[in-house]
Amino acid sequence: MAASTAQVLSLYRKLMKESSKFPSYNYRTYALRRVQDAFRANRSVEDPKMVEQLLNQGRDNLDMIRRQVVEHLLSVHLSTVARRQSANHH
Amino acid sequence: MTQYYGVVTELIKSRELENDELRPLYMDFQATTPMDPRVLDAMLPYQVNYYGNPHSRTHAYGWESESAMEKARKQVADLIAADPREIVFTSGATESNNMSIKLLEGTIRQDTSLVSVMTVNNEIGVRQPVEDIGRICRSRNVFFHTDAAQAVGKIPINVSDWKVDLMSISGHKIYGPKGVGALYVRRRPRVRMEPLQNGGGQERGLRSGTVPTPLAVGLGAACDIAQQELEYDHSRVSMLANRLVRKIMSEIPDVVMNGDPEQRYPGCINLSFAYVEGESLLMALKDVALSSGSACTSASLEPSYVLRAIGTDEDLAHSSIRFGIGRFSTEAEVDYTADKCIQQVKRLREMSPLWEMVQEGIDLKSIKWTQH
Repeated sequence: MAASTAQVLSLYRKLMKESSKFPSYNYRTYALRRVQDAFRANRSVEDPKMVEQLLNQGRDNLDMIRRQVVEHLLSVHLSTVARRQSANHH
Repeated sequence: MTQYYGVVTELIKSRELENDELRPLYMDFQATTPMDPRVLDAMLPYQVNYYGNPHSRTHAYGWESESAMEKARKQVADLIAADPREIVFTSGATESNNMSIKLLEGTIRQDTSLVSVMTVNNEIGVRQPVEDIGRICRSRNVFFHTDAAQAVGKIPINVSDWKVDLMSISGHKIYGPKGVGALYVRRRPRVRMEPLQNGGGQERGLRSGTVPTPLAVGLGAACDIAQQELEYDHSRVSMLANRLVRKIMSEIPDVVMNGDPEQRYPGCINLSFAYVEGESLLMALKDVALSSGSACTSASLEPSYVLRAIGTDEDLAHSSIRFGIGRFSTEAEVDYTADKCIQQVKRLREMSPLWEMVQEGIDLKSIKWTQH
């Protein structure tokens, strides 16, 4: 099945949505910018094999971003909880 | 994974970001770099489930760990156009540097010596002519070592073209983990080494000690990512660096960029602000994380030996600030830093009697200062 514009757009939207969840300003802006620049750079790729390969890379990156967002959130949350708990003890 | 994901995304709504928001902007990429999320992602399985010792020969835990370590070794080698057999994992560039010096004790010829040069300087960003140095060393049969900690993954490196015999690599300078590095040791022509650290004979006897698979995997991933992103990062960092320097220099006079303007890595900018003391400027810029010299010597009050070596005036050497731009820097951060810098330099100069004298046209160098 040849990759359609709809597939590419759907992947792009998912990547942008997940990237926006990074708690850190620097990681968040990097991910959003990098995704956008990568899609822009590959805009005119026509070879279906190449498109499929790029889509697979995109999907792998999507999974990675999801995992990393969770990891980063846990790290932020743990430090937040520690602060909240110590505040409660006073 | 999906059931936990839902719970955690709920945390997004309740997360407290104020802590993060109030931390200073990070503009000190030469001191260290944050880990790229892709690096942490590659390391995680080896911190959790795949915890085997890569030197264990008899079970799957060992085999999978060894396989990850060798894959990482190849990733490091590919970045510098070396063979994986020429890469030794170490605890960092400092250990690699020490190992290279120890080479001298292992050689027996009277006329053998070693040339050791930094590829990219960490204080002013200047790039040394390594290709020329390599050619000269090879023609005189002298070993050539370079500390490439600030260069790896930032400029293209080819150890064959450069005729380098030994090269130090640091993980935490290229968005990889802290505590790991590598040493490139040429195989042809042969570089014979004396080990710095003895023990179980790991890393071909050159560096005993269990190779920390998660850290090695992190270094490998960092190198792999750096190779992919080299062009993109370089053009972006150059653009941001030009933006910073142009903004500052267009708004305030008497600012000097230290180091060769052409032969440099753009992400390391060292500026001297005449008639302003460097430490006071740093303290005035408290919401930007900067440095006035290298982190490894920041405890002393002496001006940078690098600035002294390039012939910078004593007073300008005390007025220098290092701006470090990296993969995760943004236009907004650069603009904020430039604006704050301009504002504080103006304010500090207003308070400076030296500045007042200069404004009145007095040549400071003609003054005969007397003792009190």
